[in-house]
Amino acid sequence: MERRTPHQVYVVGAGMTPVGEHWEKSLRVLALEAISAARAEAPSLTPQALYVGNMLSGPLSGQLQLGALIADFAGLRGIEAVTVEAAGASGGLALRQAYLAVASGLQQVVLVLGVEKVTDRIGPEVEAALAGSTDADFEASQGITQSAQAALIMRRYLHESQAPPDALAGFSLVAHANAVANPNAMFRRAIKPEAYAQAAMVSEPLNMLDAAPMADGAAALLLASAERLPPDLPFPPIRIAASAVATSPVALHDQRDMLWLQAASQSVNNAYAQAGLTADDVDLFELHDLFSIYAALSLEAASFAPRGQGWRLAQDGAIGVRGRLPISTFGGSKARGDAGGATGVYQAAELTLQLQGRAGENQIAGARIGMAQCLGGAGSTAATHILIREGK
Amino acid sequence: MEIARHWRLNQQRYALVGEVCPHCEEKIFPPRDICPECGEDARIPFQFSGRGEVYSYTTVNQPPAGYQENAPYTLALVQLEEGPLVTAQLTDLGADPVSLGMPVEMVTRKLRSDGERGMLVYGYKFRPTLR
Repeated sequence: MERRTPHQVYVVGAGMTPVGEHWEKSLRVLALEAISAARAEAPSLTPQALYVGNMLSGPLSGQLQLGALIADFAGLRGIEAVTVEAAGASGGLALRQAYLAVASGLQQVVLVLGVEKVTDRIGPEVEAALAGSTDADFEASQGITQSAQAALIMRRYLHESQAPPDALAGFSLVAHANAVANPNAMFRRAIKPEAYAQAAMVSEPLNMLDAAPMADGAAALLLASAERLPPDLPFPPIRIAASAVATSPVALHDQRDMLWLQAASQSVNNAYAQAGLTADDVDLFELHDLFSIYAALSLEAASFAPRGQGWRLAQDGAIGVRGRLPISTFGGSKARGDAGGATGVYQAAELTLQLQGRAGENQIAGARIGMAQCLGGAGSTAATHILIREGK
Repeated sequence: MEIARHWRLNQQRYALVGEVCPHCEEKIFPPRDICPECGEDARIPFQFSGRGEVYSYTTVNQPPAGYQENAPYTLALVQLEEGPLVTAQLTDLGADPVSLGMPVEMVTRKLRSDGERGMLVYGYKFRPTLR
């Protein structure tokens, strides 16, 4: 699968809004905030195109054509712009499309935006919109929710791997501990191990601390080809060494094996091959912990743990910021907050800060190779990117 | 109202009609015309028995719009005796707890309602097998 692209692609700017309940800010205002922050890091570059990752603006905001809407609102009237949707993987797929554009040589400077506005609606409406990530005819019609889908996998996982009931608690503890230092995080407080046992059930056996909160937010990246890298960048440009997307059936009941994230595995292996790397080379992994069970399964799919053993990495400190494979270093979806289709762009922006040495208290010392992966639904779409800081 | 959308699934919702692959004998539900096992054309209708067992289950406490009436409800993956998994609510549970491997059978029940003047949608649910 290894191949050389004609044009190397770099991240030269990253911007994020806090994730939270932004009552006072509309979708377009959040978008502009993230775009302005990303563009401020390379002000000499003018984007030729905008790739928007979004999941819910249709059902929740009654707004389509985010590409044109946001390009215009961001002062980029006239440029090519498009929205990419793949449920929770939307942001990762927007980054993928932007990467393809620059790698192909057809575009040289492009913007990637992930944006989501969730909190204008309440409970049942949001649940129904989120259930759009499942098979509408054969899952959502039965009253399934995203949480229920994860819970069905989790029960089977705990059963087959004979893991204790609190096997996944460590993912939540690490995410919350890491979010304390992230000014953009929704929940900036650590939690105690006993909190997990006491957490209210969302969908048995999945509790409140297994599930990420959905909220509003926007994140943006400015990409440029090697030829267009400005000489005076304030931070080192970060090369996108691999970009890979794979899919598997949308309905859980159609998965060949629901305890193995086939699309995640396929996209990770493709990404490793593109970058000429293995799991051992990865310094940190921003994975999609929308539900704690997905964190365990992602670690297994990416070869960091054998099948059925991903939960053990959450037991012994391996995934903490001082561990051998730090994950969710800014709090992940669990504690930074999950802004739906923006997640993949948040992950890549956070990786960029880590690789540029700008991650503050949670800086991974000497981080040079980072991997990000976001999932749509129960892993039906997986987008994996590997980012590298060049030089010493 | 989406009347056509529900009507065209009547054979699946009311009778669990799927397909059988003429090439590899795989039983398929829901129908998908291309066999997921061997990749060949598979368009021969096949009616499932409706018997199966619980493969996994959970409780939905925070239902989507349209499903609040029955909440909280038990949602399961049922492995049909012919092989495929199907996502469905469990019903008529009584006092006995649900467990993995519990035998269940298909029944027809109301799936959702959209208010007093809205459409009612019926379809399959599964109940503990009557002995």
